[in-house]
Amino acid sequence: MASLTSLTLKGALDGLASGAFSAVELTQAHVEAVEAARPLNAFVLETPEKALEMARASDSRRARGEAGRLDGAPLGIKDLFCTEGVRSTACSKILGDFVPTYESTVSANLFRDGAVMLGKLNMDEFAMGSSNETSAFGAVVNPWRAAGSNQALTPGGSSGGSAAAVAADLCLGATATDTGGSIRQPAAFTGTVGIKPTYGRCSRWGVVAFASSLDQAGPIAKTVEDAAILLTSMAGHDPKDSTSLPVETPDFAAFVGKSVKGLRVGVPKEYRVDGMPPEIEQLWAKGVEWLRDAGCEIVEVSLPHTKYALPAYYIVAPAEASSNLARYDGMRYGLRADGANLTEVYENTRAAGFGDEVKRRILIGTYVLSAGYYDAYYLKAQKVRRRIADDFDRAWESCDALLTPTAPSAAFGLGERQADPIAMYLNDVFTVTTNLAGLPSMSVPAGLDAGGLPLGLQLIGKALDEGTLFSLAGAVERAAGFRAKAQRWW
Amino acid sequence: MAIDAATVRKVARLARIQEPEERLEPLAQELSGILQWIEQLNEVDTDGVEPMTSAVAVSLPMRDDVVTDGGDPSRVLANAPKSVSNFFVVPKVVE
Repeated sequence: MASLTSLTLKGALDGLASGAFSAVELTQAHVEAVEAARPLNAFVLETPEKALEMARASDSRRARGEAGRLDGAPLGIKDLFCTEGVRSTACSKILGDFVPTYESTVSANLFRDGAVMLGKLNMDEFAMGSSNETSAFGAVVNPWRAAGSNQALTPGGSSGGSAAAVAADLCLGATATDTGGSIRQPAAFTGTVGIKPTYGRCSRWGVVAFASSLDQAGPIAKTVEDAAILLTSMAGHDPKDSTSLPVETPDFAAFVGKSVKGLRVGVPKEYRVDGMPPEIEQLWAKGVEWLRDAGCEIVEVSLPHTKYALPAYYIVAPAEASSNLARYDGMRYGLRADGANLTEVYENTRAAGFGDEVKRRILIGTYVLSAGYYDAYYLKAQKVRRRIADDFDRAWESCDALLTPTAPSAAFGLGERQADPIAMYLNDVFTVTTNLAGLPSMSVPAGLDAGGLPLGLQLIGKALDEGTLFSLAGAVERAAGFRAKAQRWW
Repeated sequence: MAIDAATVRKVARLARIQEPEERLEPLAQELSGILQWIEQLNEVDTDGVEPMTSAVAVSLPMRDDVVTDGGDPSRVLANAPKSVSNFFVVPKVVE
């Protein structure tokens, strides 16, 4: 048998069920992999003792015949999720050594089903970034490198630690969050699967807030089936989040492998942008062929307001962030800097605690919400947001799901795009639309570029129709036959 | 719209972020660049469009008006930078 860390989540759960190995053995193997992979900087906190304790508890549950859906599966938890008794910082200095006295609903749901926590995963500060370079703990390094090159690449962001850890076989799956593409773009950059479910599927309770009307949690996993298993546990109505949808969570894994025959898949012509490498366009065309071969009907659709999604996002998200991040005042938790009076304490605390990108977004958000500018910016953006959502509604009249590229490029070099905020923002040009519209969307690894780096295709579905996405993603995964792994250099 | 250093100073003050004087001009340029890029939204005809305030159209649920939590000051204060006998200690606000 191959090493325990190279198993998929499904494979590991089967092995645990058949008694081929114990949760302690499986966890120990992952603990060692995490330790050996410190050059990747994927984990900002390793919790090996807690992991082994949880694994021992899992083995005894299994012995008693009480094993849950994920019992004994070692996972990584993005540092945006509050974990009881375990430091949670959103990778910001302003949260310092914050140790929550409560558990986020999503991580609690995973632990309820028996999952084991290996530690907390690196990310862009407050999830604001597309390259993991804004983290107070430093950037994550992508386990993938271009052929014949030693250049350190970004794993994408903001869930860069989650994506890198899954791609490098440090954990069987990871939690992640997506406000403008932060699950899907890192998944595309690392050859992993990531799904942002419908807004409201997963509770936001206990997840450090960035932009509340856009934030949504989801998994990053090795396969489509693994992502389905994880999302089934993570999702569910939570009275503690007023925007959590009061709907049943289906068994998403049951949709993987289902026939996609007769499904109508839309191809939006606006998802072709200047400067996009031809390989991505070719891969997209291949994806269309794969789905047609699987029996889907392919239809051309138009989403005319696509290009306005990013600028609208860069009003809505900073506006909500400036309001959400007002809570970091140094009084009740986190960093407190000195000052001659209360206002100075606030100003010095926030100057010392927030990084440059977070400050930039707070300033933009404060500006667009300030007296006299609200209508011109925020209200305008909310109206454009409606136009974008209407585009999708019109598309659903002729199709059941959409197929697009996930990101306009493969992983790029660390440091390459830091100087130009807008160039960095453009990473999210294909992903941000569904955050604005609240729709489920998923990235599946589908091929490699000329340099041997992974590329992803994105599937977008109707609200609460993740099931169809899992079926289509399964079909793309089978047809693509993506087996490549990052060659270990760490 | 381009914004100047004085506007950045005002916005930073509103956001309670101390920005050193020499950062105001570079920030004004950065933020102006982003705002100018954002202004392509003016190309979109939004006459008569209802602003979208929520990602899904649901009405907010109401819960019963009862106490569901509390009575545990040690947990509330667990991360306080300063606390004394179950109170947060904050800088003096009244001279």
